[in-house]
Amino acid sequence: MTLTLSEEQAFLKDTAKKFAQEKTPTTHFREIRDNKNPECFDRAIWQEMAAQGWSGILVPEEYGGSNFGLAGIGVVLEELGRTLTPSPLFATSVVCATILNKAGNDSQKKEFLSKIASGEITMAFALEEGPRHRPFSINLEAKKGEKNFILNGKKNFVIDGGFADYIIVAARSSEKEDELSLFVIAKDVKGMNIIPTTMVDHKNAANIEFNNVSISEKNLIGTQNNAKEIIEETLDISRAALSAEMLGGALEAFDITLNYLKEREQFGKKIGSFQALQHRAALMFTELELCKSCVIEALTAFDEGSNDLQRITSLAKSKIGETFFNVSNEGVQMHGGVGVTDEYDIGLYMKRARVAEQTFGNSEYHRNRYAELTGY
Amino acid sequence: MSNLDTFRQETREWLEANCPPEMRKPMTADGACWGGRNFEFTHPDQKLWLERMGEKGWTAPTWPSEYGGGGLNYDENKILAEELFKIGARPALASFGLWMLGPALLEYASHEQKMEHIPKIVKGEIRWCQGYSEPGAGSDLASLKTKAVEDGDNFIVNGQKVWTSYADECDMIFTLVRTGPQEPKHNGISFLLIDMDQPGVETKPIKLISGKSPFCETFFTDAVVPKANLVHDLNKGWDVAKNLLQHERKMLASMGLGGSASGGKGKGKSGSGLANLSKKYVESSDGKISDEGLRQKIVKSDMDAHAFGLTLRRASEEAKNSNHGPSAATSIFKFFGSEHNKRRYEIMLEAMGTQALGWEGGEFGPEELAVTREWLRTKANSIEGGTSEVQLNVISKRVLDLPQ
Repeated sequence: MTLTLSEEQAFLKDTAKKFAQEKTPTTHFREIRDNKNPECFDRAIWQEMAAQGWSGILVPEEYGGSNFGLAGIGVVLEELGRTLTPSPLFATSVVCATILNKAGNDSQKKEFLSKIASGEITMAFALEEGPRHRPFSINLEAKKGEKNFILNGKKNFVIDGGFADYIIVAARSSEKEDELSLFVIAKDVKGMNIIPTTMVDHKNAANIEFNNVSISEKNLIGTQNNAKEIIEETLDISRAALSAEMLGGALEAFDITLNYLKEREQFGKKIGSFQALQHRAALMFTELELCKSCVIEALTAFDEGSNDLQRITSLAKSKIGETFFNVSNEGVQMHGGVGVTDEYDIGLYMKRARVAEQTFGNSEYHRNRYAELTGY
Repeated sequence: MSNLDTFRQETREWLEANCPPEMRKPMTADGACWGGRNFEFTHPDQKLWLERMGEKGWTAPTWPSEYGGGGLNYDENKILAEELFKIGARPALASFGLWMLGPALLEYASHEQKMEHIPKIVKGEIRWCQGYSEPGAGSDLASLKTKAVEDGDNFIVNGQKVWTSYADECDMIFTLVRTGPQEPKHNGISFLLIDMDQPGVETKPIKLISGKSPFCETFFTDAVVPKANLVHDLNKGWDVAKNLLQHERKMLASMGLGGSASGGKGKGKSGSGLANLSKKYVESSDGKISDEGLRQKIVKSDMDAHAFGLTLRRASEEAKNSNHGPSAATSIFKFFGSEHNKRRYEIMLEAMGTQALGWEGGEFGPEELAVTREWLRTKANSIEGGTSEVQLNVISKRVLDLPQ
C-alpha cells in the first residue's frame, strides 16, 4: 500500500485544515457544548461541509458523491479531529453510507445515499447493547410477520442517535445467533424511544428502546439473516476512519503540550529543558510516528484492496487508541494545575480519547483480534 | 514496455545467470561475506557472487557509477531488491564501508578520495571498522582524546579506541581524532582514515557477556597516516561524524526488525515467529496460546514490529522525492528498533523457560543456545551507536526543538 498521500489527497487535507482552523476551532466545540445545543453540532457548518463534498466522499458518483475513497475522508476526519469539530460526518457519511453502499438495494441507495451526499439527512447506526464493544452478541430481536418485522430490544451508545433522521439497526432475525439483519428506520416511527445521553466528550450519543416497532420489508437492508459480514466490513472501514480522527486528536494534544513545554517557566527555566519531560515528549513523538504509518496504511488498504484488511485495521485502531490515551494523559500531567482546568483545551482531548477508544473496540479488543487473525 | 519493466526483466535474467546456487540458500549465522584483504570465503560461490555483484556495482546499487556504484535510481533499486528477494539471494557483501563510511565519503570526501576508497568498498576489497568511542568518551563522544599531530606530509596518531567492531579482522579504520586541542571540543576533531596494517596499530578483542568478542580495543602508538587521508577540512570532522552516525543508526534500526517483522507486508495466519516459537514450549488450545499474559506480550511485540516496518517504509517513500540522507529523525528508528529487539528476546526467554537459560552442552538445542547468546547480545543494541537515552536527547532537541 502507498504510505504517502497523493497530490489530490494532500490538497483535500490542506482544505480541511484551513476549514477547521477558521470555522471550527475548539471555541466552536465549546460554544456548542456551553449552549447545550441538543443536537451537538451546527447545521450551518454541516451544510458547508456538504458543499465541500465531504459528506459524499464515500458515496458513488451515480448517487451524487465523489467516491474519493477512505483515505480522502480519513484526512478530512484527521483535521476535524484536531479541533474536536462536532459533525455527523463519521456516523452518517462513513458508517451508514458504507452499510447502504454495501448492502442497500437500488431504491435505498437512490433515496438515502444521494441525500447523505447532499447533506440533507443524517443517520446513526444502532449496534451496541452493552457497555463494551461486542458487535455480534445481539439480543434485539426482529420477528418476521406476514408483511412486516416486529422489533423489540434495546440499543446503547448509538453515536449521533440523539438527532439522526434515520437509525440503521442491527437485529437478530432468527434463532441462530449468527443470523443478523439490518433495518433502516425513520426516527419518528411508533414504538422507538430515543433517549439522548450526555457523554464525557460532549458529542452526541443515545440509548434507544424498541417496543414492538413494526416496520415493513422495504426497511430491510440487503437480505434477511445475512448482515454479519456487512457489519464486520462496515466496522473495519469505520474503525480505520475513526483511527484517522483519533490521530488528528492525538497529534493536536501533543502539539499543544509541546508548545506549553516551550513557554512555561519554573525554577527560572523553560520546563521543556528538563530531561524528565524531554524524554517523555520524545517517546510520545516516536509512538505518534508509528501511528501515522498504521493509520495511512489502514486507509489505503481499503482503497487499494489488501488481503489483510482486518489485521491492518486492528493494528491501527489499537495503536492509536493506546497512543491517544497516553498522549492526552501525559498532556494533562505536563500542563500541571492548568491541565485539569476547563479553560485549557488539553483536558478536552483526554475526554475525547476515552470515548473514541471505546468506539468499535478498544485497544485490547483489537490486540486480541490481531492475535487471533495471526493464528494464536 | 516501460523502462522499468525492461529493467526488471534484464535484472531477472542477469540474476538468474549470475547468482550461484549456494548463494540462494538461506543465510546461516556465519554465512555473511565481509570481504577485505584477509577474508576467508566459506564457499567458492560466495567469492564468485561478491565478484559479480561488485563488478556491476550492485553491492551499492544507488551509489554513482563514476565511483563503481550501481548508479540506480530509487525505483530501479527497489526492483533489484525485489528480484533479489524473489530468488532468495544472500547479500553479496556485508560491510561497514557500505552501510556507514561510503555514504559519508560520498558527501564529504574529495574526488580523489572517493576514487581511491569507494570502488574498493563496493568490491569488498577493503574491510573497514569504526574508531569512534574511547574509554572516556562514550555517550559524550565529542570529548574524545586520541590525538593526531601534523608531521610533514603525515599525521602521527596516539591514543585508544574502544568498541571497534571486528577491528582484529579489518584492513582500515575510520576514526575521529583530536587535531585542535585548544578549540572547543566539537571544533577540534578531524575525520581520519587509517591503514591498520602498520606497527603503530594494535587490536585486542573484548569478551562480552554473550561469551563472544565482536568488539575490540584498538591502540595507536605513533601510527603514521598520510595527510591525503584527512576527510573534509581539518577540525571539521564532527560534521562527518554526525552524518555517518545517522547512517549507522539507520542500519542499526533496521536490524531491530530481526526475523519477526513482516516489513509491513501482511503474512496473515502463522505469521508470528514469536508465537510459533512459544507454542513449542507453552500450552495452546486450538492454536491459541493459553498463557494470556505471554500472549499479550507477543501480540504487542508483533504489532510493534508491524507498525515499525510500516514506518521505515513510509520514511523511505517520503525520502524518495526529497533526496535527503537520513535526518535526526533516524534517532526514532534507532531508539525504537533497539528497544523493540530487546523486548522481543525477553519474550522468547519467557516462553522458553529454562531451555533458554543454557550456556553450553548437549541438553540444549543449538537454536536454543543461539537464542540465549543473542539475548545477551541484544543488551548492547540500546548502547551501541548512541544509547537510547542519547537518541531521546537528539529527538527532544533536534526534532522537537525543546529548549536547552
